[in-house]
Amino acid sequence: MVEPDRLIRLAHTRPTLTQHPPVRIADLYLQRGGQYILRDITANLGLSDVTAIMGPNGAGKTQLLRLIAGLGQPDSGTIKFAWPDAPEKHRIALVFQRPVLLRRSALANLTHALAQYGVTRTRRTARAMELLDFGGLTDRANIPARALSGGEQQRLTLVRALGAAPDLLLLDEPTSNLDPRSTAAIEALIQRATAQGVRVILVTHDIGQARRLAKDILFLQDGQVAEHSPAPQFFDTPTSAQAAAYLRGELYL
Amino acid sequence: MQDFTAAFRAALDLVFRMDADLMEIVGLSLLVSGAAVTLACVIGFPLGAALGAGRFAGRMPLLVLVNAAMGLPPVVVGLTLYLLLSRAGPLGPLDLLYTPTAMILAQTVLVTPIVAAITAQIVADLSEEYRDLFATMGMRRTAQAATLMWDGRFALTTAVLAGAGRALAEVGAVVIVGGNIDHVTRVMTTAIALETSRGALELALGLGLILLTLSLGINAALMGVRAAARRLSDG
Repeated sequence: MVEPDRLIRLAHTRPTLTQHPPVRIADLYLQRGGQYILRDITANLGLSDVTAIMGPNGAGKTQLLRLIAGLGQPDSGTIKFAWPDAPEKHRIALVFQRPVLLRRSALANLTHALAQYGVTRTRRTARAMELLDFGGLTDRANIPARALSGGEQQRLTLVRALGAAPDLLLLDEPTSNLDPRSTAAIEALIQRATAQGVRVILVTHDIGQARRLAKDILFLQDGQVAEHSPAPQFFDTPTSAQAAAYLRGELYL
Repeated sequence: MQDFTAAFRAALDLVFRMDADLMEIVGLSLLVSGAAVTLACVIGFPLGAALGAGRFAGRMPLLVLVNAAMGLPPVVVGLTLYLLLSRAGPLGPLDLLYTPTAMILAQTVLVTPIVAAITAQIVADLSEEYRDLFATMGMRRTAQAATLMWDGRFALTTAVLAGAGRALAEVGAVVIVGGNIDHVTRVMTTAIALETSRGALELALGLGLILLTLSLGINAALMGVRAAARRLSDG
């Protein structure tokens, strides 16, 4: 197993991250079909290792994550990053809920991604093998990526994202379709990445996962921020009725 | 019925002893159709990729045009090319009428829309699936197109084989611009039409058998490629 610091550029080497919130969202509105998906979102994200965005279906979690990733524009409001020198796209990486993999081997998926990230041809294969090793997928290198199990596919997409050496990693319910063993493997990878300074924003429905990983929780309800608290406070003494009902497993209609 | 049986036997005899005339006709057919399909791919792949994944003004009308052109009547294509290539036409000085080159041009015109339209559909489907991934990777359009074409390479053989089927089976255009001249521009389909009208059923049937065999071979290859695609890329 190689040292993760060879794989992931250390985010904490960037002094700006310690001085400013990595993601500053202000007065954000997003409409679709004449209805507000997101309303008046103002929040500083990424101040802790892992920020979890939680909330019921339709709360706007995924839409918010997509806007942070640059996949779409809000109707109004701003999303600013801590890197004032026009952040490169590759500093932010996104892992989708459903793995999107090219019709190639696991190794070729990584070499393709590394080519896009500017890694020279001579280094690509070696670096891709390092990433496979990091994800525990070395023996799956030459298997068609779409023939891997669901958990392996998601691990592959995660190490592919880490191959971009991101400062900020966005995860959209990365374990929603996985069994506990695969979920544990993904969570271990996330923790190894955060240990190296990568900030993570995680959308999840899994309360247990949020408890295990997140340091702060942004809770959305009907496209609005219902609560943004440190994780212990959120789970022990939620201040919003919506979050309290959600945590009790009740239906808040 | 007896006539048919005798003609069929004679046809098989021509095929199995590889009659020189028959082989010449088959060879020219494969040369003309092969060249036409190659040219159609050179034009149709990039055109289809642009139509499938590109975002530019006029894309939709062009897509409609290409889809409609899949059903171009071969005789109309033949007639148009005839007018262009005839001595009085704008391309008359090239002296291409009644040559295999004219036949290649005619078949290229017929096959290109098929290759382009099928390519556009394949690329559009893949593009939809990969769109967000490409966006998060910050990929340029050219890199996206290259990725889409490579990942769709097995599916794209459908376009090639569909084009080859059209080219090999086509008769209307090549007979007008080729003239069905013996030892010069005679291909399988035009020879079948001529020999049947002359009552020489042996050669017509022999060529028909070869044409059918090629058609079956193309379809078998198509199925094989699809199976390989599932095994090698989709898993």
